[in-house]
Amino acid sequence: MPMPESREVSIWFFIGISLLVNGILILSAGLYQLSHPPDHTVVLLNLHANIWWGAVLLVIGAGYCLKFAPRAGKS
Amino acid sequence: MNPAFALLIADRLVKLSGIDMAIIAFYFGLVLAIGFYLKGRANTGDDFFMAGREMTAWVAGLSFLSANLGALELMGWAAASYQYGILAIHWYWIGAIPAMLFLALVMMPFYYISKTHSVPGYLKLRFGESSRALSAISFAFMTVLMSGINMYSMALVMKVVLGWDINFSIWVSSITVAIYVSLGGLRSAIFNEVLQFILIWAGALVIPIFGLIEAGGWHNLQLQIARNASVEYTHAWKYLGSFSDNPMGVHWTGIVFGLGFVVSFGYWTTDFLVVQRVLAAKDLRSAKMAPIIGAAFKMFVPFIVILPGLLGLAVLPMHLTGEAVAVATGGHSYNEVLPLMLARYCAPGLLGLGITALIAGFMSGMAGNVSAFSTVWTYDIYGALINKNATDRQNVIMGRWCTILGVLISVGTAYLVMQFLSIMDYVQALFSFFIAPLFGTVILGMLWKRASPAGGFWGLLAGTVSSIGMWAWVKVDPTALRYVALSPHAKDMAENIYRAMWSWIICVTVTVAVSLVTKPKPVSELAGLVYGQTDLPSEGHLSLIQKPMFWAVVVAVVFVVLNFLFW
Repeated sequence: MPMPESREVSIWFFIGISLLVNGILILSAGLYQLSHPPDHTVVLLNLHANIWWGAVLLVIGAGYCLKFAPRAGKS
Repeated sequence: MNPAFALLIADRLVKLSGIDMAIIAFYFGLVLAIGFYLKGRANTGDDFFMAGREMTAWVAGLSFLSANLGALELMGWAAASYQYGILAIHWYWIGAIPAMLFLALVMMPFYYISKTHSVPGYLKLRFGESSRALSAISFAFMTVLMSGINMYSMALVMKVVLGWDINFSIWVSSITVAIYVSLGGLRSAIFNEVLQFILIWAGALVIPIFGLIEAGGWHNLQLQIARNASVEYTHAWKYLGSFSDNPMGVHWTGIVFGLGFVVSFGYWTTDFLVVQRVLAAKDLRSAKMAPIIGAAFKMFVPFIVILPGLLGLAVLPMHLTGEAVAVATGGHSYNEVLPLMLARYCAPGLLGLGITALIAGFMSGMAGNVSAFSTVWTYDIYGALINKNATDRQNVIMGRWCTILGVLISVGTAYLVMQFLSIMDYVQALFSFFIAPLFGTVILGMLWKRASPAGGFWGLLAGTVSSIGMWAWVKVDPTALRYVALSPHAKDMAENIYRAMWSWIICVTVTVAVSLVTKPKPVSELAGLVYGQTDLPSEGHLSLIQKPMFWAVVVAVVFVVLNFLFW
């Protein structure tokens, strides 16, 4: 299991931020596409990859943000 | 209209939406933010060039792998798997895993205990200044050339896929890399490489998952590929008994000895681009675990690189061709297989993440080259040949400036590549020129105390010159391929493998011969540099699952099983 780097904001926190923001954006796009299908039709659109993949990224990102967030008192 | 959007042109594979652009913009913002955040932690030479030597095994291991996961990996090997079938997987398995484990268990202790800043730095300690100078200059040359090719590949992909202007892509990516590497040094490069590694997986994983769903599973995929191409495309070893039985024109001896031994061991154990990441580990155990962690992930990279190429053979409605035919006919080339698959499955949002994954791959490759160039230039060229009394502060200043200089030279190289497209074909050849003989020199230096300074230098020089000579020979007289690659059927990749093997053999032979007739270094000067003369720290206090050897065995077993599964 990755451990936080000492004396600085952990790299895993930056990764959490990245996954969280991307997850929110992709999940939002997926929900929007339920009512407004994209012009550019893709194969297997019916599986709604944006929704479940966005949700997976969001959950993992949120987990990493919580676990590796810089905390007061931690050098 | 926003000037950036004005650069978009109509002729493109996919059209990005606002959400896609937001995801890409967020990525650029985040990598720059990391660079600015780490600026204050790159004040000494050890901080700037070696990331303070305090990376955990996980960070060093993922960075070690990510630095290699550049443009040529993502686009090139997806294209190669469409062209040559599953044979391309050998560059990920036998062409990587044994060498990574060997680096971890055998070579890392010498690199780490000698406290060298670079691979040329090790050669200086072991063989003297002349070997260091030769290796440093050839490495610097190869690195900026590779970085430029990486940059040009990215710009070309952005043009084909998104319609972006090539100049726009080159300058935006190079300025971004220059900023975050020159500010935060190796630590910034490593942090961003780990981020890029995660994004590459997050963005690319959808393609194989959806591809397998569409194809109806692995078995149906094999049947479709056998129908559209041929059955040899889905077997890794079965058709390697003869040069003419497989799409690559290679024999198993070339894969095992040329790729699996010389090319692979040369790249993964002596190319400073990747070794530098492991040298930044916080202790010897982490330095040994990092390549093992990298190897564990490397075994599964084919899932996002090789499998999309194979899926392209089965599900894409069009037939992809070589670059020249594609340009002449207006069709699609092998190199477009990954973007085509991305466009096939990814709606807005996921498409932005997929494009970000490609950009991340390109930028991690570029940053890896530039940070390694900066270190080798500062310590092994500037510090060794130009200013021998440079202070630590002068080295850091030089490191920052030559990061920017390295990026500018790379930009120049990218424009050079643009003028001479065939240079793209020479990328693998560069490895055989410089890396294969270097491996011969380093491995003899580490394992044979009799190897002399003169032997090291002349062996390295002979290996490099002979490799370039063999390449030129085949260029001038294509029939020479039957001698260099042992078969007139050999394709470019097979030729590169065999040329690397010969150059390594020549390097080793010359090193041994010259060493036997010249004076070796006194044994007292070999402590920490050579096997048998170095006290390696005991691992007796570690539990079984803490020992690098245990995890190396686990990775080795999985590696063997995978090869049998896809035999």
